[in-house]
Amino acid sequence: MIVAETLAPRLSEDIIESRAPAHIKVNELAIYYGKKLAVNGISLSLHRGKITALIGPSGCGKTSFLTTLNQLSKLNNQVTVTGEIHFDGENLTQNNVDLLSLRRRVGMIFQKPNPFPLSIFKNLDIPLKEHGFKNRAERIEKIENALKAVGLWDEVKDRLNTSALSLSGGQQQRLCIARALVLEPEVLLMDEPCSALDPISSGIVEELISSLRDKYTVVIVTHNLAQAKRISDYTAFFWTQNGAGKLIEFNNTRQLFSGPKDERTAAYISGIKG
Amino acid sequence: MIDRAFSLGIYAIIALVIATFGWIIGDVIIKGISVVSWEFLISEPEDAGRAGGIAPILVSTLYVLIIALVIALPLGISAAIWLAEFSQNQSHTLHVGIILDVLAGVPSIVYGLFGNAFFCIYLGLGYSLLSGGLTLACMILPVFIRTCESGIRSVQSDWRLGGLALGMRRSVVIWKILLPAAQPAIIAGLILSIGRATAETAALLFTSGYVDRMPESIFDSARVLAVHIYDLTMNVTGGDETAYGSALILIVLIILLNTLAQGFIDSWFKRSGHYR
Ligand SMILES: Nc1ncnc2c1ncn2[C@@H]1O[C@H](COP(=O)(O)OP(=O)(O)OP(=O)(O)O)[C@@H](O)[C@H]1O
Ligand SMILES: [Mg+2]
Repeated sequence: MIVAETLAPRLSEDIIESRAPAHIKVNELAIYYGKKLAVNGISLSLHRGKITALIGPSGCGKTSFLTTLNQLSKLNNQVTVTGEIHFDGENLTQNNVDLLSLRRRVGMIFQKPNPFPLSIFKNLDIPLKEHGFKNRAERIEKIENALKAVGLWDEVKDRLNTSALSLSGGQQQRLCIARALVLEPEVLLMDEPCSALDPISSGIVEELISSLRDKYTVVIVTHNLAQAKRISDYTAFFWTQNGAGKLIEFNNTRQLFSGPKDERTAAYISGIKG
Repeated sequence: MIDRAFSLGIYAIIALVIATFGWIIGDVIIKGISVVSWEFLISEPEDAGRAGGIAPILVSTLYVLIIALVIALPLGISAAIWLAEFSQNQSHTLHVGIILDVLAGVPSIVYGLFGNAFFCIYLGLGYSLLSGGLTLACMILPVFIRTCESGIRSVQSDWRLGGLALGMRRSVVIWKILLPAAQPAIIAGLILSIGRATAETAALLFTSGYVDRMPESIFDSARVLAVHIYDLTMNVTGGDETAYGSALILIVLIILLNTLAQGFIDSWFKRSGHYR
């Protein structure tokens, strides 16, 4: 009985591992703002082609964790990161990572849609140019494909040269997803991508994210537990403990929601806490 | 009741300001229009400026302005970018900001003295259009930098982050996204600078001088419009009429230059395809 209990979680983890290989492997990650510890104890694997949801109350370090994965955290020179993030044979917490190509491979979508104040076309064209696509015909093809992938093509094909800011919020967010997709990333980080949208747009974007499964490894922060349950394959639960965020539980979504191992997880998902 | 009195008061003040402004402009137009003619623009001054035209003075003014802008524009925008985007050290930024604000408030005559000591004497440029232009550049830079800096700072940081998160180089994000978005502030700074530079007397008296001959190169000493007006009103009896004529030209010139600058920046940014 005792043996079975100690073995059981490890066993299920192992099975998961073998089914979906880790795309990014995080080991004992801790993040500091200045001297203040913001999050620690993050060890988890982001599985290739799967959607991983990060849930937890405000201020528990979800955004902080997310931005270490594309090293956007480097912009703030107060931030120090310890531990390991293994991505494609590289440890991202080391200093010699090529940030530009990393960020091309690991795209990010923000809470508030942030299309550039440019035409719809240029929003996708400028990043492509920046990453060395010199051939215009090739860029046009890529842009069309990206816009089709987010279901925006039919809506905007006749007005590619109008301002991206004239789109609705939901369309803007899909444009931002297209802008990330056009660079053919492997991983997509999304920080509450639906929370600034109306329910209908939110539903459309959620469906879109769901459709990205298998092709991309997606990490999505959401405060909407129902959403996490609907679209994610894995869920990581963060919680603030002694003033610092901590990864409390990580499991496949069905198991985490049906049988949480930690009582804080249980309380949070049943809406008692947080 | 108090509300009414308040808004009446505001209207009265606005009317007063507009009336004063209108009176000054009207005065200049009425007294100056009689001497202004094509002939006035293309001929040399005669009899210490009492008669003749202002051709060499117009040319000198444009020279000085172009020198000042060619130097201040790129330098100012770069400095603003550095302050708003690159300077990581908060206290450095703060100190530089304070210094700029102090410099912006320094009277122009002090810039004149500095320009005379540094450009004319120390660098050996003598009284010349170049010295004058450089001095003007120093004078307009502080305000121009501060205006551009606050413009760049106020651009949504979402765009900055969005660009960087796409793996774009920082320089490209600044050049293609932030600067065009800061365009209104840059234009405002430019218009302020052009206005100040065109109307400047004190800073140029000791640096570009007051010789009213046609300049042959930027190393020649020459007289700009504002100095010409000053000279005619203060030192030349009977020069009032041509002084008013020159003042009228000065006002028209400033309006013209501002329109031009705005059009220039507009078309520059239009090519980058920005929307608001
Ligand atoms: N730039 C910063 N400087 C200092 N501390 C910060 C900074 N950004 C975040 N923190 C701190 O780090 C901790 C984690 O913040 P983070 O934004 O990652 O949380 P979050 O889980 O994304 O919250 P939310 O759900 O509200 O978005 C918080 O205690 C926060 O105060
Ligand atoms: Mg957050």
